Amino acid sequence: MMTQSSSSQFWLTRPFGERATQIFLGVLFAALLLVTVLHLAVPQGHPLHVNAYTVNLFGKYLSYALLAVAVDLVWGYLGILSLGHGAFFAIGGYAMGMYLMRQIGDRGTYGDPILPDFMVFLSWDSLPWYWLGFDMAWFAFAMVLLAPGLLALVFGFLAFRSRVTGVYLSIITQALTFALMLAFFRNEMGFGGNNGLTDFRELLGFNLRTNDTRLGLFIATGVALALGYILCRAIVTSKLGRVCVATRDAEARTRFIGYRVERFQLFVFVVSAMLAGLAGALYVPQVGIINPSEFSPIFSIEIVLWVALGGRATLYGAVIGAILVNYAKTIFTGVMPDAWLFALGAMFVLVTVFLPKGVAGLLLHLKRRKKPVTPPKEATA
Amino acid sequence: MRRFLSLGLLCLLLLSVTVTAQAQTSATVDADDAAALELLEALDVRSYPAKGEAIIAILQSDDERARDWLQSLLDGRLQRADDGRFVVVLDNQGRDWPVADALTGEPLGEMSRRDLDRIGINNNLRNQLRSAIAVVDLYSPDVERRRTSATRLLGEVDEELAEPLGELIAAEDDTQVKRRLTQALAIYQVENGELEGVETLKGSLHPRVRVALSRAANDDDPIIADAANEALVSIEQNIKINRGLETLYFGLSLGSVLVLAAIGLAITFGVMGVINMAHGELIMLGAYTTWMMQQLLPGQPGLALILSIPAGFMVAALAGVAIERGVIQFLKGRPLETLLATFGISLILQQLVRTLISPLNRTVITPEWMSGSLVINDALSLTLNRMFVLGFALVVFAALMLIMRRTRLGLEVRAVTQNRAMARSMGIRATRVDIMTFALGSGVAGLAGVALSQLTNVGPNLGQNYIIDSFMVVVFGGVGNLWGTLVAGLSLGIINQVLEPWAGAVLAKIIVLVFIILFIQKRPRGLFPQKGRAAEG
Repeated sequence: MMTQSSSSQFWLTRPFGERATQIFLGVLFAALLLVTVLHLAVPQGHPLHVNAYTVNLFGKYLSYALLAVAVDLVWGYLGILSLGHGAFFAIGGYAMGMYLMRQIGDRGTYGDPILPDFMVFLSWDSLPWYWLGFDMAWFAFAMVLLAPGLLALVFGFLAFRSRVTGVYLSIITQALTFALMLAFFRNEMGFGGNNGLTDFRELLGFNLRTNDTRLGLFIATGVALALGYILCRAIVTSKLGRVCVATRDAEARTRFIGYRVERFQLFVFVVSAMLAGLAGALYVPQVGIINPSEFSPIFSIEIVLWVALGGRATLYGAVIGAILVNYAKTIFTGVMPDAWLFALGAMFVLVTVFLPKGVAGLLLHLKRRKKPVTPPKEATA
Repeated sequence: MRRFLSLGLLCLLLLSVTVTAQAQTSATVDADDAAALELLEALDVRSYPAKGEAIIAILQSDDERARDWLQSLLDGRLQRADDGRFVVVLDNQGRDWPVADALTGEPLGEMSRRDLDRIGINNNLRNQLRSAIAVVDLYSPDVERRRTSATRLLGEVDEELAEPLGELIAAEDDTQVKRRLTQALAIYQVENGELEGVETLKGSLHPRVRVALSRAANDDDPIIADAANEALVSIEQNIKINRGLETLYFGLSLGSVLVLAAIGLAITFGVMGVINMAHGELIMLGAYTTWMMQQLLPGQPGLALILSIPAGFMVAALAGVAIERGVIQFLKGRPLETLLATFGISLILQQLVRTLISPLNRTVITPEWMSGSLVINDALSLTLNRMFVLGFALVVFAALMLIMRRTRLGLEVRAVTQNRAMARSMGIRATRVDIMTFALGSGVAGLAGVALSQLTNVGPNLGQNYIIDSFMVVVFGGVGNLWGTLVAGLSLGIINQVLEPWAGAVLAKIIVLVFIILFIQKRPRGLFPQKGRAAEG
């Protein structure tokens, strides 16, 4: 996939150069349009009607897909297996959650105009300093990107500078998200302890409990996914992206050629963390709660499975994987909840042993076998 | 106050009786059953004051069954059958209760609870009985009883008890009881403004002694107050040292748990380079094996525990071999994929236990010889089960060291890890070595599970709680270095326990995690990095 992007093209059109990207964006927008039409135009009760619950569910999948794209960017193209991306996702989500909490105002159970309910409950008398400013949307939205970005910057700076890579990096990213989970579980942290933040009312003045807002969030998530995807494509098709792939395949050699590998790693890692934060911020208003379980190591490692199942280093594979696994999860937990962990565990084993290139690899393989010359069609979820 | 009064009164009475009883030979010990029956008959009256008198009468009699009667009366187990006999109920579960004759102590088989009449007591009598039993115990030939009763008396001595206490101290030959009684008397003296009491109390660490001294420190008499203050300061210092020792002990104990959990990983990850995320679940299997053994051998938890050591090793080792053959061998040279696949296995194993056994925690019984604690002094006692686990961890470590350094297997393992192709060309069957190494590491995880079952709950999440810690220990100590794992595990345990008092358990854990993350940035190869070519890659 790296081969066909020639060097002297316009940087604006280059991300769209790949056939798969065009198909992906086409399918994504068609899906957004289809769901919107089926939700709004088709009357309720009609078999083709898509109800608000389903729209909400799709919106959730799309935010997961964006998260998966962020993980694919670092794992697929940079070779960094981050087992802590859930942390960036959760921090973005908490930033959004804090804004939504401040929007509740005096409509909480305790009716305090400034303090969120849980702080009143803990009998705090003023907001902690890190809650200041979150009543302003622009500040909160900036924090959605900056907070995870900053964490990734500090963590990545320390890690890449001392050349912590491979398995070691995976383990300490896991430790990072585990430590954050423990921290956020503490009431003293000021993030609502194990209950997290919930009971949200409105976002930018739109009531979160109406169907129209849900549809709007769904569309916004879809657009964010498209933009994130294009950004990632732009990165991986640039010269920088090729240095990343070189780093992934032969880190020492790239360094000897003269590239400051850690700078490339750091840049891409921070971008990926910001995308994950954005995904979290879009996720929270749609599910209506953010709590420390999003920090749990299992969630982070599950994200990696989405990417592995969909196919590493393709970006669209990550989207396919995220949607497939989460759809399966929705089905399983509804029908036979006990079997879900068996299925998930089996997926981990089967994908790594039998399907190392994921669904995307399988599709490419089939395509090549059928029609070796012209690729007719790329299937998506 | 009334209670103390009656206590002293009883004591005086008792003293006179027992001194004469001791002076005489055991000729009178065979008390007349008729007299004994009369004593008990006196209890079976309506009026509570009358019962109180009857209790004193029992105390005054030199009957050696007196304590048993009082105790069963206190527990509500002294009852009268319809035929007029007094019986002691041995077990009041169900409809028919096994009973024994109160006079002879012979078992009488089962009696319907409808045929039995309890001798009721009220709260006043209950207090009186407790004090009476404590005082009776002071004269008991059983040292343990005398010790408990003497400890009870700390801070409860009053004027009337003080006098006979002096004689008792003189007659006592057990040093512990003697010391306790002296302290009890000294507290009384301090309360009465006698300076020599403070002298006696100086070295003691018992909380009640401290209460008495801090009360004396506010005494009107400046001499007493100063002396009490001085004694308090030295006691506080002494306690601080003991607290430090206790923290060290808990730290070593936590550290030994970490070492046990991590040492198997140090072999599979450190030596073989295989990331086994299912390691925690192998620990869990070991713990469940212990539970299963105890189910198979009901009533013999000790034997079951000892048998679970080899059994837990075998179960976990076999599971490890299955994982190695089933999955890991296909992912050679792809560590990140191995990580994901074994994580999948860990999910499956967890869910398997939840489905087949139960999602709830199971209780594993701690055998008697492992429960309880070793009392060093009043401020420091070391729990025995933790001590056993600490010892066990060291033994396992030593055994692993021996295997890696002194056996053929260890030699082959080191050869294969350092240069696989070369080792194979020298005739070492590398695949076999892989299997054996993985079985060894997994088996040790099983051993960790057996030990952990004595300290924590055995449940499906047991392994999950240890996997991150174990990886941290191995990475912190330096991959491929067993000594590093030992040092890292023990020191992390101690750091955690030292931080805990002022940071709280969760924050201490977070601090330790952050510390390790930062440490790895500084020294990516851990405390004791491997040297030479093996370190590359």
